[in-house]
Amino acid sequence: MYNLIGAGLIVIGGGIGLGQIGGKAMEGIARQPEAAGKIQTAMIIIGALLEGLAFGALILGK
Amino acid sequence: MKIAQKPIKSYLLILMALTTLFGYAKEPSQSHGEGEKVDTPEEIREYIAHHLKDSHDFHFYTHNESGTHYSFPLPVIVWTSEGLKTFMSSEFHHDDAGHVVVEKGGVKLTKIHSKIYELDQNATSVNFDEEHHPTNAHRVLDFSITKSVFGMLLAGLLLLLGFGALARGYKRGHVPKGIGRVLEPLVIYVRDEIAKPNIGEKKYRKFMGFLLTVFFFIWILNLLGLTPLGFNVTGQIAVTVCLALFTMVIYMFSGSKDFWKHTLWMPGVPVILRPILAVIELVGFIVIKPFSLLVRLFANMTAGHFVVMSLIALMITMKEAFGPVASTGMSLVLALFISVIEILVAFLQAFIFTMLSSLFIGMAVEEHDDHH
Amino acid sequence: MDQLLNDFSPGLFFMQLIILVILIVLLRAFAWKPILAALDARESGIEDALKAAENAKLEMANLQADNERLLQEARLERETLLKEAREMKDKIISEATNEAQDKAGKMIEQAQAAIESEKKAAMAELKSHVAGLSIDIAEKVVREELSNKDKQLKLVEDMLGETTLN
Repeated sequence: MYNLIGAGLIVIGGGIGLGQIGGKAMEGIARQPEAAGKIQTAMIIIGALLEGLAFGALILGK
Repeated sequence: MKIAQKPIKSYLLILMALTTLFGYAKEPSQSHGEGEKVDTPEEIREYIAHHLKDSHDFHFYTHNESGTHYSFPLPVIVWTSEGLKTFMSSEFHHDDAGHVVVEKGGVKLTKIHSKIYELDQNATSVNFDEEHHPTNAHRVLDFSITKSVFGMLLAGLLLLLGFGALARGYKRGHVPKGIGRVLEPLVIYVRDEIAKPNIGEKKYRKFMGFLLTVFFFIWILNLLGLTPLGFNVTGQIAVTVCLALFTMVIYMFSGSKDFWKHTLWMPGVPVILRPILAVIELVGFIVIKPFSLLVRLFANMTAGHFVVMSLIALMITMKEAFGPVASTGMSLVLALFISVIEILVAFLQAFIFTMLSSLFIGMAVEEHDDHH
Repeated sequence: MDQLLNDFSPGLFFMQLIILVILIVLLRAFAWKPILAALDARESGIEDALKAAENAKLEMANLQADNERLLQEARLERETLLKEAREMKDKIISEATNEAQDKAGKMIEQAQAAIESEKKAAMAELKSHVAGLSIDIAEKVVREELSNKDKQLKLVEDMLGETTLN
């Protein structure tokens, strides 16, 4: 039960983080469309790091 | 340019058509379990859990009425207390609950949940405790050609064939033909978008062999996992642990002097803090970074398979509520949709693994010319 | 975490390790090295070709400049040649004119001299003729006059006086 609550919290946190990354990246691309490639790469890397964090927490808590 | 693009497009179309076909073909084999009918949510759950694990035979389909298994056995190679034993997995007769005991040269072996156990000397059948753990048997070192190993060998063969053909193609001319037209841009992509920017123009060459191999290995295995053959190689924790350890060993052993200096004795920081920082950095490089690498790949692929199979299982679980046609249609559309996303994820995970590996390698080989 | 550790299969890990090492070694030898070398060769080839094209373009421009220069020179030369020719022509014409004038002047002079000498000769002839005539006449007259002595003398005196006067 507590595991599930923890998992929910992790997912909420990760979702907020991913939303921030994605939203800011979109803003950046809209502002500077010519830098879209670089922004996308950086976005994916940071997203992946966040994902690793969230998955790590989920696995450790399981 | 136009001429070059056309064949690539047609390849992609064929690829897409094939994956879609497999998506449809997947349904019947998934909806029926091994041996018995899979109907209830608990059985489905168990079936999915079983699929996510490795298995010792290559199972396609079981006919319900006759109980015939359409599968082919794979060799079992185990290191037991009596030494190395090899036999075909067909000797277990598709049993996965420890009922069938195979005796090989004085060793009694049985298979429980896709794992091979060796029975104690005087035992004849397996006894279980309340949590369904065997009490009179222990696990053995299992070097079997399991489904995952088979998948890896298949992927390796595909890699050797495809890229060998591309490499040979260059002997005939500068521009590749056939499958090389698809593979060459990918190689260039890995080199120019992943290796060069992260490791640096000067040093990237040494790591290209590892990065390219890992990228295509993971990608092909991910894609194999989407076919109805039912591979889940990159969803095996042992596989991702091995890949991540490889990355770790490479960046730890190619670390420059600057890297070690900055890791162990950070300049520009009060001396008291330096050992603490060193511990944090070392733990980061040895444990956290490889752990995040391996967990990310494992969790993504496992979750992907889980979602696809759960959506396919909707066909059965929703039959009561919506009727057979509606539930089948719904599960088909949803599974197809998720499968398409999974194709993207298959590439993305291979990309991220390679990207982060090269990022870490880049951190290790970097030489700081600024002296703090 | 427990379940994960339970799922971890050392055998699979070992097999994966072996397969990955073999795969990396094989692919490195038979695929990545030749592929990357070929890509490098092709890219440097393209770069070389681009450089060569650039050089050719430069050479072309040089050649064009050369041509332009040569054309300019040729034009200049033609101009000077024309100028020289014109000058030559003018010179020749003026020389010819001068010569003609000189010749004409000389001829006129000669003609004048000839006329003068002719005139002199004519005068001398005329004089001797006139003298002869006058002697003839005088003879006749004298012959007639000398019949008469007085008259003869008188005549001689007159004539003598006249001749001295002349």
